[in-house]
Amino acid sequence: MAGSGTPCASCKLLRRRCTSECVFAPYFPAEEAQRFAMVHRVFGASNVSKMLQEVPPAQRADAVSSLVYEANARMRDPVYGCVAAISFLQHQVSHLQKQLALAHAHTAALQLQLQQQQQLQHQLQQDHDQHEHCILQNALPQLMLQDAFLKKESMWT
Amino acid sequence: MDSSITRLQLADLLLPCMPCKYIRWKDLGVSSPNPAKIVRSKTGDIMPENDDDDDRPPPPPPHPAARRCAACRYLRRRCADDCVLAPFFPASRPHRYFCVHTVFGASNVARLLQSLPMAERGNAANTMAMEAYWRVQDPVYGCTGIINRLQDEIRAVQCELARTQALLAIALAAAASRQLQPPPPPPPQQDRAGGRPVVVVVRGQQQQEEEEEQSPPAPSLMDPADEYLNLDGL
Repeated sequence: MAGSGTPCASCKLLRRRCTSECVFAPYFPAEEAQRFAMVHRVFGASNVSKMLQEVPPAQRADAVSSLVYEANARMRDPVYGCVAAISFLQHQVSHLQKQLALAHAHTAALQLQLQQQQQLQHQLQQDHDQHEHCILQNALPQLMLQDAFLKKESMWT
Repeated sequence: MDSSITRLQLADLLLPCMPCKYIRWKDLGVSSPNPAKIVRSKTGDIMPENDDDDDRPPPPPPHPAARRCAACRYLRRRCADDCVLAPFFPASRPHRYFCVHTVFGASNVARLLQSLPMAERGNAANTMAMEAYWRVQDPVYGCTGIINRLQDEIRAVQCELARTQALLAIALAAAASRQLQPPPPPPPQQDRAGGRPVVVVVRGQQQQEEEEEQSPPAPSLMDPADEYLNLDGL
């Protein structure tokens, strides 16, 4: 029973005496009558009472919150209820996963392109170095000959 | 329960309901049905029999228990011809109605279905069956737990998408800057023997080598050791 002896919203709606052992009292205060009205209309007081009794006391508040949410959704949309929200969220997840896959594909393609460019530049640099080496090898005998010729000239002079 | 509700699970729960197993002989077009002479096709359909034994007495009507829907069977009552729940809760799926009865109750379900047009009742029954099933699986959160998990999954995928798109933008910017700044050309080579410098120019991806003949500079007598070290003509 709620504070100051006032019956809870459920006992008020069901027109019964609200005892201290009322299972609804902690979760449906008298100020929030609309919440219990929705839950009672969709699920029924007896079903809600059974469901709350099967749940540990520490989790009953969460259970009541979820029941109120479902009842509200069912009242707003009598045909689909919460399933409409689940379907919408599932569709959103699918759409985002497709976008993520596309972004991954773009990233992989770009990385491959950059790697190919780097390999090409590396190959060009290697070819350039090899060309320099060849030039050096070809020029070395001539330089030695030139040096020997210059030394001969100096000996004569 | 799995964190993500796949399309297969949703489709499985949204399968169209089978009609109540009530054989109406007049609808089959059989004048004097005889169960002993019913001919079935390969698919199990009842084929029309020959009208050559009209003098035989008609068979007794089927047992009332054989034509009850899952709801009336659970409630142990006679299933009327205009039973509201019969089209949506066949006897072949008793667990489906058990969940609905546990969560919503027979009267609430019937009242809700009666308040809807005929075209919407099938979807309403299916969604109620799904919600009831999820509530039986998770007595605390029910289908709201699935909604929370889907929202968490959406947040995770959005973060991953933002991170991937940021990396992609960085890679694109790096690629663009690399294209705008081509690699510097190598310094020109000078041939010591003929005094004809050989210039090798590498132009990015085109790989063009050009030899340009320039005016030969005046040869300078250098130390042989320095010549060997300073081969690039600088």
